[in-house]
Amino acid sequence: MTAALDIDSVHKRYGALHALKGVSFRIEQGEFFGLLGPNGAGKSTLISIIAGLVRKDAGHVAVMGHDTVTAYRAARAHLGVVPQELVYDPFFTVEELLRLQAGYFGRRPAEVADWTEELLNALDLADKRRSKLRQLSGGMKRRVLIAQALVHKPPVVILDEPTAGVDVELRRALWSFTRRLHREGHTIVLTTHYLEEAEALCERIAILDHGELLALEDKQDLLGRHPYRVMRLRTEGQGTLGPQLEAMLQFREGDVMELRVHREEQRVGDVLDVLRASGLRLVDIEMREPKLEDIFVELTGGPGNG
Amino acid sequence: MDSGNAVGFTTLLRKEIWRFLKVAGQTVTSPVITSALYLLVFGHVLEGRLQVFEGVSYLAFLVPGLIMMSVIQNAFANTSSSVTQSKIMGHIVFLLMSPLSSFEIFAAYVLAGVLRGVLVALCLYGIGWLFVPLPIAQPLQLIVMLLLSGACLAALGMIAGIMADKFEHLAAFQNYFIMPFSFLSGVFYSIHSLPEFWAEASRFNPFFYMIDGFRYGFFGVSDAPAGLSILVVGVFLLLVSGICLAMLRSGYRLRP
Repeated sequence: MTAALDIDSVHKRYGALHALKGVSFRIEQGEFFGLLGPNGAGKSTLISIIAGLVRKDAGHVAVMGHDTVTAYRAARAHLGVVPQELVYDPFFTVEELLRLQAGYFGRRPAEVADWTEELLNALDLADKRRSKLRQLSGGMKRRVLIAQALVHKPPVVILDEPTAGVDVELRRALWSFTRRLHREGHTIVLTTHYLEEAEALCERIAILDHGELLALEDKQDLLGRHPYRVMRLRTEGQGTLGPQLEAMLQFREGDVMELRVHREEQRVGDVLDVLRASGLRLVDIEMREPKLEDIFVELTGGPGNG
Repeated sequence: MDSGNAVGFTTLLRKEIWRFLKVAGQTVTSPVITSALYLLVFGHVLEGRLQVFEGVSYLAFLVPGLIMMSVIQNAFANTSSSVTQSKIMGHIVFLLMSPLSSFEIFAAYVLAGVLRGVLVALCLYGIGWLFVPLPIAQPLQLIVMLLLSGACLAALGMIAGIMADKFEHLAAFQNYFIMPFSFLSGVFYSIHSLPEFWAEASRFNPFFYMIDGFRYGFFGVSDAPAGLSILVVGVFLLLVSGICLAMLRSGYRLRP
């Protein structure tokens, strides 16, 4: 089957900075795909190349089998991108903007009237249809951006950090909406600051760092590949962690700490013995399976800043 | 074969027209009032003191020049401000991500700029009649010069918009290039009344041919041969269009 997105050996340089170093991967039709990486990893550059906003130096990108350079019209017609920044044209109302956006993609107003109405309702924009964008809150503007990306009914949708800076309620609403789009057959590509978001929504995940692909796996395989469990402890008393516990320490704040415990090489009882020997008394203990964030930190060597 | 995106093109054209009509007070009325004031002040002060062409009053001579100067300034302002604003506000991404070709984008912006120029020209022509009779001797020449000149400046405005990173850049382009070249192009005088050096220098100013050729449409007389004006402005249009299209196709300052 034709891939929804086929990214092949893509390079991009900005002067001395090699922003993308031969990135290649495929995203199949109908996938809910997460693209993660720390700031400066190359995610936005890659998305901009797919969308035609940035020119690549080498490699090929195809959307639903259409090359983004030689068959740019078909490639763009199959793609909807929700930009990261809240960008809007101040002259027009929500409804006017959606009509114009559909028109750019060759869709006459009558052709998309029902779908536009559906989008306005699904994104709670129906009563704002005659408002100009500058009159709307940040969350509402974000919804309009999503509607603009979808108004021409693209089969492939890229959401570039759609929930950055939005409140919890809107984030939940957007999660629910993207799940619905996915159920209805859209291929969804999500970049996000929130790893829990990727964990909750995505089926397959790519991790980019310094312009290179560090991981590309099913979410469950990625999580399963991590050989550690996390031991969360609450302690009391004075004591100093020895070198063995320091090496396992993942997080410590006040009397709470998290230790990474290797599934096969370390036993919980032994770890607790070392803890007691350090002079700390155990108050509470909780074991949990690794989260995407733990794997992200391990792979990129930094905190999960998306 | 690429069948084009006719709906996309007409949508962008409609949007660009809609954009300037939504603020018509600023984009149409304001330049009309400014030019009407020029007409009132210069026309009445200099009327009777100057006669440029045989049998043509100074007031009548002034009107086509003022109309063309407004066309020049407004066609340029329309495209340059639209492109610059969409770059600064960031919403140009919606256009760049759409399946519109470089030529479709170019043609829609330029046509909208020409239309704003024509609208201002029609308003000024109507106002001109209040001051002085303005029969048209060569309507075809007049229409051709109006459209060609508007298109030149709209394309030049796109180039400026693509190059500008902020409105100050655009203001510099307008103040140091468009304004002086349009003022020094024979709006208020015939180049025959200039010293020889400046008269010759004017022949290298494409705006001179726009105004002179347009004036020929009204009176059937001009400083330069009418055919030469059409040729010069036509070549200038090909040049600026070629530059603008090359910029759009290469993604210069738009698609890094």
